Amino acid sequence: MSVLESKIPEGPIEKKWTKHKNEINLVNPANKRNIDIIVVGTGLAGGSAAATFAELGYNVKTFCYQDSPRRAHSIAAQGGINASKNYQGDGDSDYRLFYDTVKGGDYRSREANVYRLAEVSSNIIDQCVAQGVPFAREYGGLLDNRSFGGVLVSRTFYAKGQTGQQLLLGAYSAMNRQINRGKIQSFNRHEMMDLVLVDGKARGIIARDLVSGNIERHSAHAVVLASGGYGNVFYLSTNAMGSNVMAAWRAHKKGAFFANPCFTQIHPTCIPVSGDLQSKLTLMSESLRNDGRIWVPKHEKDAKAIREGKLKPTEIAEEDRDYYLERRYPAFGNLVPRDVASRAAKERCDEGYGVNKTGQAVYLDFKAAIERYGKEKAFTSGHKNPSKEEIIRLGEQVVESKYGNLFEMYEKITDQNPYKTPMMIFPAVHYTMGGLWVDYNLMTTIPGCYAAGEANFSDHGANRLGASALMQGLADGYFVLPYTIGDYLAEDIRTGTISTETEEFVTAEKEVKERIQKLFDAKGKNPVDYYHKKLGRIMWDKCGMSRNEKELKEAMEEIKELREDFWKNVRITGKAETKNAELEKAGRVADFLELGELFAKDALERNESCGGHFREEYQTEDGEALRDDENFRFVSAWEYVGNPRDAKLHKEQLEFENIELKTRSYK
Amino acid sequence: MKLKLKVWRQEDAQDKGGFKNYDVDGIDGDMSFLEMLDVLNNNLVNEGIDPVEFDHDCREGICGSCSLQINGEPHGPDRRITTCQLHMRKFKDGDEIVIEPFRATAFPVIKDLVIDRSAFDRIQHAGGYISVNTSGNTQDANSIPIDKQDADDSFYAATCIGCGACVAACKNASAMLFTSAKVSQFALLPQGKIEAHERVLEMVHQMDKEGFGNCTNTGACEIECPKGISLENIARLNREYLSASVFS
Repeated sequence: MSVLESKIPEGPIEKKWTKHKNEINLVNPANKRNIDIIVVGTGLAGGSAAATFAELGYNVKTFCYQDSPRRAHSIAAQGGINASKNYQGDGDSDYRLFYDTVKGGDYRSREANVYRLAEVSSNIIDQCVAQGVPFAREYGGLLDNRSFGGVLVSRTFYAKGQTGQQLLLGAYSAMNRQINRGKIQSFNRHEMMDLVLVDGKARGIIARDLVSGNIERHSAHAVVLASGGYGNVFYLSTNAMGSNVMAAWRAHKKGAFFANPCFTQIHPTCIPVSGDLQSKLTLMSESLRNDGRIWVPKHEKDAKAIREGKLKPTEIAEEDRDYYLERRYPAFGNLVPRDVASRAAKERCDEGYGVNKTGQAVYLDFKAAIERYGKEKAFTSGHKNPSKEEIIRLGEQVVESKYGNLFEMYEKITDQNPYKTPMMIFPAVHYTMGGLWVDYNLMTTIPGCYAAGEANFSDHGANRLGASALMQGLADGYFVLPYTIGDYLAEDIRTGTISTETEEFVTAEKEVKERIQKLFDAKGKNPVDYYHKKLGRIMWDKCGMSRNEKELKEAMEEIKELREDFWKNVRITGKAETKNAELEKAGRVADFLELGELFAKDALERNESCGGHFREEYQTEDGEALRDDENFRFVSAWEYVGNPRDAKLHKEQLEFENIELKTRSYK
Repeated sequence: MKLKLKVWRQEDAQDKGGFKNYDVDGIDGDMSFLEMLDVLNNNLVNEGIDPVEFDHDCREGICGSCSLQINGEPHGPDRRITTCQLHMRKFKDGDEIVIEPFRATAFPVIKDLVIDRSAFDRIQHAGGYISVNTSGNTQDANSIPIDKQDADDSFYAATCIGCGACVAACKNASAMLFTSAKVSQFALLPQGKIEAHERVLEMVHQMDKEGFGNCTNTGACEIECPKGISLENIARLNREYLSASVFS
């Protein structure tokens, strides 16, 4: 019997959430005033949860490492947010959104959670519009939609390429209103260093004020972790520099199970790595694949000549190009899902057909689109015999109106003009589907400790669809947690304020201080970045887009050795009692050095290929992922027992009652 | 590339601070300005010297954390970008680069190049919202059609990233461009009109209280703004403010 209780309500899937809301406990408004909630992280999930808790009457404390909640990395999301509004009348429904999400996740997510997500998605759009989020509109004044990520309907709402920014500022404006009322206390430039448990319940956190260096105790009746994903374990990713796993990992070490750590999304269209000193990768929106064609040279000698700078891509004739996605997946072509597109790019580069100085890039070419649009435009403007120059000029105008800001961004970074020469792209780590295990109420295995947004594991299975991360963050924060947390807090109406003077808080604070001291005491020779880069290299080479038993075992050993070396030889300059970016980084990298090992172990034990997790041993004859539903139709939830490699596996069996399990095929 | 850096170093808010000179070598044109600072910091750590503190996070021009005054210009010598989007190909071998924090009374220095911009947050707390609960029981999103031009203008105002370059560029250290962008976003939408008067009065009041200077329509803010927020927003704020002062 598993210790994991998912607490999925009984009944038909479309009735579960309503039934659950009707049956759970409520806290009366007067009692809410006596209850405190801590929210760690102020992105879409944390910001929206904090605002809603405060509106309901709870006393909220928020924590973020940035200088303002508005800078959380949700702000960088470009493309859009899905909702089953069916404004386009193209046959969308809650069921379809639910179905697409479960299928896109390669059948490794929990049906009931995903259905609820689809069910509340429409409400998110209503809510955001009421708050003044300026979504894109049509000339008639109604909201515009676009299609995304290879689904069959147009359900994505957007605000140009800055949807995440606009939604986050919406959530922050709701927070502002509550900060102004005194219902939210916002602790910025603060980092959660540990979770405090009293009688087995989450009752507070230890935080470090990143300006003064003070270690502070904060108590509450419940703690919500909305601290984002752990993609930075790879060092290079599209995450923000400060994105980290500390809050989730500290909770894990205190008893919260960590689910599916190896489920990572590698996004196919990012700007390739340019040099060894690069710190960060930049995503180019998935929408570019609607019009761009992906290719590499057909002949290895051409690829080599390009790498050496002796040949230009525009000099390669049409018949000497290999449009490998169109070749391998004729039905979906360049619009296959993210995991499939990423692996195909890697395969070509591994075989020696990669371009760029490094050989780690493929082309995304708009030449055909420019010509097609140019001809169309010329025709509709009455030029029946346009010259080639005319066609290109008109075509470039159309492409600019669709993707202008992305092309401009590309040119700023690479100094190349993508209208004249194909873009170069390569996959990069973007999102982590894995995270803290939560039940239907979003509670972790620690009573009173909740996880929301990217920090939990529940909705995206083994691969996330485009425009679904924003939806999940806001669904968790605005519409799920405000109900489910009340069910738990109903027991706390007589508890009163939690004291921070108890032994539990004293001990936790002492441990945090000792850990910081230990980092300084190493007095070694290597900067923190030295370790982070090395870890990233191991993760990318051995736990990245394709994985095998031998390399995963090696990765576990190498990470363990690197971690031991880190604690002996890291060098932290400066003092703990002041702003100290090196110390901040060190604490985060120390946790990544533990998580990385669990990540590899999880990937090693999952003997199947599904979604973003591709095990070379488990593939079909033509190199496609081979899922094993009979033996691996479960969530791996890891319990911390001392060392990451000794973590104990608990399985949550996944039941599919509303969707038939099928092989994903895009051929 | 080899560069001579003149970097502002300041231990904490109380310290007077001053410039220190550092040389960096091996800088490639494809590196971003912040990656160049990473190289400097790695060198400093190896020499046992405290690295230079600077704010940065997303490194793709959207979070608004980075805030460097480079050779006297907020975000350096390129237009419509943040510091993290400035690439070293804009400089040449042997250049001297002066790096300071954004300077304004309302943005005190915390350490080195890190400043305290919480004044911006307090302006937003004062009224940067529409008073609607997040319970989800609002009307259908399409029940209020909005003129496309207004929706687009509202969006352009809302693209402000709150970095503070407008304040740093202004000879009066005025926060009018920032405040007007927030006021405009809501004033242009029907949802925001109901509280428009209180909002503009409260936000301007808070802005003045924080010690920002007055706007004298010089327009440096618009030129240095990484998102190209238009001066029209300031004109709109002035209209809104006047109307609110007369009618409320």
